[in-house]
Amino acid sequence: MVWIKKLGNLSLFCLQRMGRMGIFFAKTFFCATTPPLKFSWILKQICFIGFQSTLVIFLTGAFSGMVLGLQGFYTLNRFGSVALLGPMVALSLIKELGPVLSALMVTGRAGSAMTAEIGIMRTSEQIDAIELMGLNPLRYLVVPKLIAGVIALPLLTAIFDVVGIFGGYLIGGKLLGVGEGTYFGEMANYVGIEDVMEGIYKSFSFGVLITWVCCYKGYYAGFGAEGVSRATTQAVVLSSVLILFWDYIMTSLLF
Amino acid sequence: MIRIEDIYKSFDGFTVLKGVSFRIERGEILALIGGSGHGKSVILKHVVGLMRPDQGHVFIDGSDICHLKGYELEQLRSRFGFLFQGGALFSSFTVFDNVAFPLREKTKMSEEEIRKKVFRELDQVGLAGAENKYPAELSGGMIKRTALARALVRSPEIMLFDEPTTGLDPIIAHTTLDLIKSIHKNLGFTGIIVSHELSRIFQIAHKVAMLHEGVIWAIGTPEEIMSSKDPVVDQFIKGGTGTSIKFY
Repeated sequence: MVWIKKLGNLSLFCLQRMGRMGIFFAKTFFCATTPPLKFSWILKQICFIGFQSTLVIFLTGAFSGMVLGLQGFYTLNRFGSVALLGPMVALSLIKELGPVLSALMVTGRAGSAMTAEIGIMRTSEQIDAIELMGLNPLRYLVVPKLIAGVIALPLLTAIFDVVGIFGGYLIGGKLLGVGEGTYFGEMANYVGIEDVMEGIYKSFSFGVLITWVCCYKGYYAGFGAEGVSRATTQAVVLSSVLILFWDYIMTSLLF
Repeated sequence: MIRIEDIYKSFDGFTVLKGVSFRIERGEILALIGGSGHGKSVILKHVVGLMRPDQGHVFIDGSDICHLKGYELEQLRSRFGFLFQGGALFSSFTVFDNVAFPLREKTKMSEEEIRKKVFRELDQVGLAGAENKYPAELSGGMIKRTALARALVRSPEIMLFDEPTTGLDPIIAHTTLDLIKSIHKNLGFTGIIVSHELSRIFQIAHKVAMLHEGVIWAIGTPEEIMSSKDPVVDQFIKGGTGTSIKFY
């Protein structure tokens, strides 16, 4: 009977946390869709989440594309289908790797920083200070990040895809001898706008997911340095797992 | 103006407040004293609605803040100024922007009017010339004074001071309390001060309440508290090592 009680308590705890997370999102969504929106704060966050992640996205995209070019070339060579290297690299990047890896990199670089920043503001009573001015902290701390995430993630994913495709061409084309016309020509034949849109939808939803989870974890961070560090770890782990889980759901729905 | 009625509050099974009640009239300053960790800051957070009691009520001009939500709560909170123990300054803002923030967000003042008002407040707390510094570049005293300027910039009706002198050297501590006294003279706010600078706050406060074992153990004018024969009050005020007060 004891284990049933424990299981019940655990279930109630999980339900309560999920409910709190849902209410947090609903309140943020309401603030994001009603004026006043803090445009300067949003721009600052676009710069932080988007622009400052460009280098890491560029590097990740380049190496992912290069690995795909290399692996793809030798795999396709077995079947005599090297001409399809371009579409293979492009589809892998645009539909899966671009959105997912970009989201994971942004989680590591910007998501963890979001949680830590909001967590420190919570423990140093800065969030209480905003509330006591008669203001809604979500409008200032969470909404700009949510909107910035939704704008920045698709753009970063687009950069990732383009850099990755050229990375693949660098290896497959320049190093291993697949012709430029073959690589890009076949790509144009096999990759449609619906494939691009699939990647865009995914990255858009990952933008929401990352900012929601990371801001939520920071907003309800525990007390002191330990509380903030725990919240940051949880935010990165939970965001990463949810990105992979949601990617599967989106792929199932979009096919 | 502020009426606290029989509030109880527990954290993880540990009851901090066990039926706290007191009232403060308009324009009065109440000094809240008591041992560290006895729940003084918890009372302040109940007064502004940052915490909700497990039981009891907190009335501000007849409105029970415990039952207010959304816009009504925001409106009521606009009447408060709160000086946090650690200052709670926004670390990414300069001193100027910290003080200007409530004016920019809650009033329709022009940037020029805000500039004048902020400079006047900073001058009042002795921070003229520090407006472009960031909180990380300030000393403890400067942080407290910036936070004081920010709390006062909208001329609040009710001011709550959570240990305004903790961590400051004696001279700055006394200057800060003198500043609070002179600002009270000008603005006439209703206030609660939590402080351990007993001799000084007894000169500022109209009433003193001592929190002990989760209840208001003694309340009265500073003179009444100073001359109290209660062993707990006596030990606390004289800072003795008697056995009346248990330390946690």
